[in-house]
Amino acid sequence: MNGAQDLGGGQGFGPVVPEPDEPVFHAAWERRVFAMAMAMGFTGAWNLDGSRAARESLPPAEYLASSYYAIWLRALEKQVAATGLATPAEMESGKAAEPAKPVARVLSRDGLEERFRAGFPSSRAAEAPARFAVGDAVLARNMHPTGHTRLPRYVRGKRGRIVRVDGVFVLPDTNASLAGENPTWLYTVAFTAQELWGESGEAGSVVTVAAFEPYLDPA
Amino acid sequence: MSHDHAHHAHDHDHGSDLSPIEARVRALESLLTEKGYIDPASLDALVELYETKVGPHAGARVVARAWVDPDFRARLLADATPAIAELGIGGRGGEHMVVVENTPETHNLVVCTLCSCYPWPVLGLPPVWYKAPPYRARAVIDPRGVLAEFGVTLPETTRITVWDSTAETRYMVLPLRPAETEGFDEAALAALVTRDAMIGTGLPKGIPAAPVEMPV
Repeated sequence: MNGAQDLGGGQGFGPVVPEPDEPVFHAAWERRVFAMAMAMGFTGAWNLDGSRAARESLPPAEYLASSYYAIWLRALEKQVAATGLATPAEMESGKAAEPAKPVARVLSRDGLEERFRAGFPSSRAAEAPARFAVGDAVLARNMHPTGHTRLPRYVRGKRGRIVRVDGVFVLPDTNASLAGENPTWLYTVAFTAQELWGESGEAGSVVTVAAFEPYLDPA
Repeated sequence: MSHDHAHHAHDHDHGSDLSPIEARVRALESLLTEKGYIDPASLDALVELYETKVGPHAGARVVARAWVDPDFRARLLADATPAIAELGIGGRGGEHMVVVENTPETHNLVVCTLCSCYPWPVLGLPPVWYKAPPYRARAVIDPRGVLAEFGVTLPETTRITVWDSTAETRYMVLPLRPAETEGFDEAALAALVTRDAMIGTGLPKGIPAAPVEMPV
């Protein structure tokens, strides 16, 4: 969706401000939100794409005014309520008033580090040949879905070139709403800075995005 | 004890020293635990893993190995995930790694304009600036300006390639090896590799920020 998360090319946000000490977490509650989001994702009640969709569908003013883990918390509460795992009233009180719903699995401490060091790949076997090859000219579609997508606005309607065929991956657009993994070819597409930004783009510089096949047309 | 916390500036429930967001988080954790969806011990383990174990020291090892071992460098650039796994490094947020190499002609910069995608196994969790709007907005439209804010001034002839992490592929920059490090072993080289050098917002220690113009 064309939400506040789609920030590429935005202006007026001010300078980048690194912190001198850069703690991983800035408060104890941030640690718990990070870990709860990981552990709840592990239950299978939703997936990573669904979590991104929940975060980016916050009202833009709220998204931009919230700290990173405050966005995660709000999205986690929304997902818990939307999947019926708990009610808003239960979350407010912190006490269960209704029976738990079954979940596919619960993250246990045993073997946790090994699981996370092994990872959770989202690549899948190819079921059809790739439509594009390295060097092909492509046009990023001028699409504006109201659901989740990973094609940023700043490349839509722009011409680029395939620079890598990445393989077949879970399609976030359908996976986010649990409508299916739809394994789909993924490409790295390079756009010249001038194609994206006109005369303010620097000659010779490029921006690449990773784009799924349905985001692209031949150009 | 109702007045013990009168010095606290936050607006919170009488008798509690939790801020509203702390109270919400605590309530959520106890509810999800009571319902059996999460185990607090596993949350502790996740925090420990990502706060104390996973971090840019891992990426620095990868870079140092690539600087000393041309065969490893070739494998890393051709298919990064198995090459990085040779060093025992991998996992969540780095299942599909791509390593991009800086050259005198091209400087690489990594961003995630849509959220905060970042190669966790090699760099750890991202810093706040990487996740915040100023960097996400400007890295793609004004990369040279962003680099200048980090104190990195590239020659005008060096072109910039920005990698927007819009899928599950995760990018790490292989920086140029600093000059006059011929005698360095891997550990000494790894110590020169800063996290920002692997994002592209910095250079390894030992490379002058503004390279000297070479006579033609």
